[in-house]
Amino acid sequence: MSADDEKRPLIEMKGIHRVYQMGDNVVRALRGVDLTVRHGESIAIMGTSGSGKSTLMNIMGCLDQPSMGSYHLNGRDVSRLSRSQLAEVRGRMIGFVFQSFNLLSRTSALENVEMPLLYQGVGSSERHKRAMAALDKVGLADRHDHHPNQLSGGQQQRVAIARALVGDAPVIMADEPTGNLDTRTSYEVMSILQGFVAAGKTIILVTHEADIAAYASRVVTLRDGLIIKDVQQTPHSAAEQLAALPPPVDDVPAAEVA
Amino acid sequence: MSIVTTFVLALRALWRNKVRTMLTMLGIIVGIGCVIAMVSSGQGAQQAVKEVFQSMGTNVLVLTNQSSRGGPSVGAGGSSATITWDDVKRLSEPGTVPTIRVAAPVLSARTQLISDAGNWNTSVLGTTADWFEIRNWKAAQGVVLDADTGGSNTKIAVIGQTIAIQLFGDSASGVGQSVRINGQPYEVVGILEKKGQGPMGDNDDTVIIPLKTYQQKLEKQGVAKYMRGQLLISMTGDDLAEQTIADITALLREWHKLDAAAEDDFRIRNPAEFAKAQQDSTERISTLLALVAAASLFVGGIGVMNIMLVSVIERTREIGIRMGVGAKPMDILTQFLVESLVLSIVGGILGLAFGYVCAWKMSDVFGWKLFFPMDTAIIAFAVSGAVGVGFGLYPAIRASRLDPITALRYES
Repeated sequence: MSADDEKRPLIEMKGIHRVYQMGDNVVRALRGVDLTVRHGESIAIMGTSGSGKSTLMNIMGCLDQPSMGSYHLNGRDVSRLSRSQLAEVRGRMIGFVFQSFNLLSRTSALENVEMPLLYQGVGSSERHKRAMAALDKVGLADRHDHHPNQLSGGQQQRVAIARALVGDAPVIMADEPTGNLDTRTSYEVMSILQGFVAAGKTIILVTHEADIAAYASRVVTLRDGLIIKDVQQTPHSAAEQLAALPPPVDDVPAAEVA
Repeated sequence: MSIVTTFVLALRALWRNKVRTMLTMLGIIVGIGCVIAMVSSGQGAQQAVKEVFQSMGTNVLVLTNQSSRGGPSVGAGGSSATITWDDVKRLSEPGTVPTIRVAAPVLSARTQLISDAGNWNTSVLGTTADWFEIRNWKAAQGVVLDADTGGSNTKIAVIGQTIAIQLFGDSASGVGQSVRINGQPYEVVGILEKKGQGPMGDNDDTVIIPLKTYQQKLEKQGVAKYMRGQLLISMTGDDLAEQTIADITALLREWHKLDAAAEDDFRIRNPAEFAKAQQDSTERISTLLALVAAASLFVGGIGVMNIMLVSVIERTREIGIRMGVGAKPMDILTQFLVESLVLSIVGGILGLAFGYVCAWKMSDVFGWKLFFPMDTAIIAFAVSGAVGVGFGLYPAIRASRLDPITALRYES
């Protein structure tokens, strides 16, 4: 990463509005949001439900477009693009991690991870190589042929992280990434994500849990479609918390449960 | 995304839902199969009709007495016969009717044949050497009648293969042996080539003896003035039937001194015309059947659309995920279109095989020649492809228009 990248903002949003028409009602989900995110930041977007944080994430993730305002992603204006152009920007710039993992069922971990490369026109052997490398980074190379239903929740989320990484997108957007996980696996997943921040990725966490927001270096709080708080902080280390946990108790053998 | 990858993805998606894929394909298989079976067997039936009439000889007319079909039960003693041997002789002479190439009188009666090995009841024909030439019928063993033997009153016989089997055990034996026809011994001089079914039944179930012999041994009243049979007329070329019929009619009316008001006392049949009518009706029926088959193919296509629509809804989340990781609307459209295309084309190929088996079975049962023209196969392929695209397009467009945010949150 060059010094220029460090200085230039990765995300630059100005006066973002998003208005929905819901029947006769006009819903103003975002009412003038200004937000700048630099390379290598880890930022948590917080807010109660209805605060507009999901809408903001959709727009940041190029899944949606603002009704008003401008959005520059890595220097490019992406606020007025076609559906097809948006898809391309998503593919190259953003990796998504969802609360419900969103892996394709009946499809191996490897194929799930390969998927973004499919749409970038990467050849099959290269796809395979890069997907294996991404799975290796999340420690699941040996499970590459497992289907999601053969993996634990934590493992599924790690596959999803590998999928977000494989295209080398600079931004990872994680929407409640630990919402469906227990404490231990939450720590594991967060420590993996923090590892990528250290390696230069920009991570945007969308959450309503203060514990999770504590792992970010910056917390932005929304209410009623506006940013009401934007603070820098020293992030907690998920790896340290993980180490502090008592060693995992072995699962009770199935026979005893029965 | 490369086209190969797209096809691999489509195959995988279809493989994941094997039962549903098979059931949907079944619609296409039955549809294409029916079209193929109907077109193929329709052509087989038409060909069969055509061959039956071709076995009579081409460019042929048949002159008979007016009520020859009515038979002896009507007028007593064959008083219905009006065509004289003199008429026959004059018509057969070159130049009388310029479009007549050659003519052969044929007399026939059912009699009992007896050989050492068996006996058989069949029709015996008395005719001349020309008859073999008109019907383009050669001997498989021995010889047929020639100008000498055909004009003589020797007791020789040329037999069809059915007769050979019945009297001598197999289709190739009997030449040189003796057969009793109506109690008289005849020498078998030839066995005809196999001809199969004709319009009046088995062509090969026939015995031919010289005309004179017939008249002397089988004609009840000996040599008569009237010809109690038919005159097989061969014309000099195609499309002369109308002209020839008009000429013969004019001459016979003149010779029979019929005034303008009188009806013809003879009949001229044109087997080609009859054949054409037969063929037309066969063709109409097979077109109708092909239409019904096409309707079943259409229903199969609706099945494809139905399943693809269900599939789009079921896989809404998958579509959302794919869009999330960078699939363009066009990628999604292509994916679903290729899926329905693969579904239809694989169904089409299986349907082709199914149709072929049906056509084969039918040709076996009905004794048609098996017809499997390549153009039908190509059409089936193109049609199933068109069905896939035609019925898959709407579901594919619906898939591509999904909003990624809604699709990602979709709970199935």
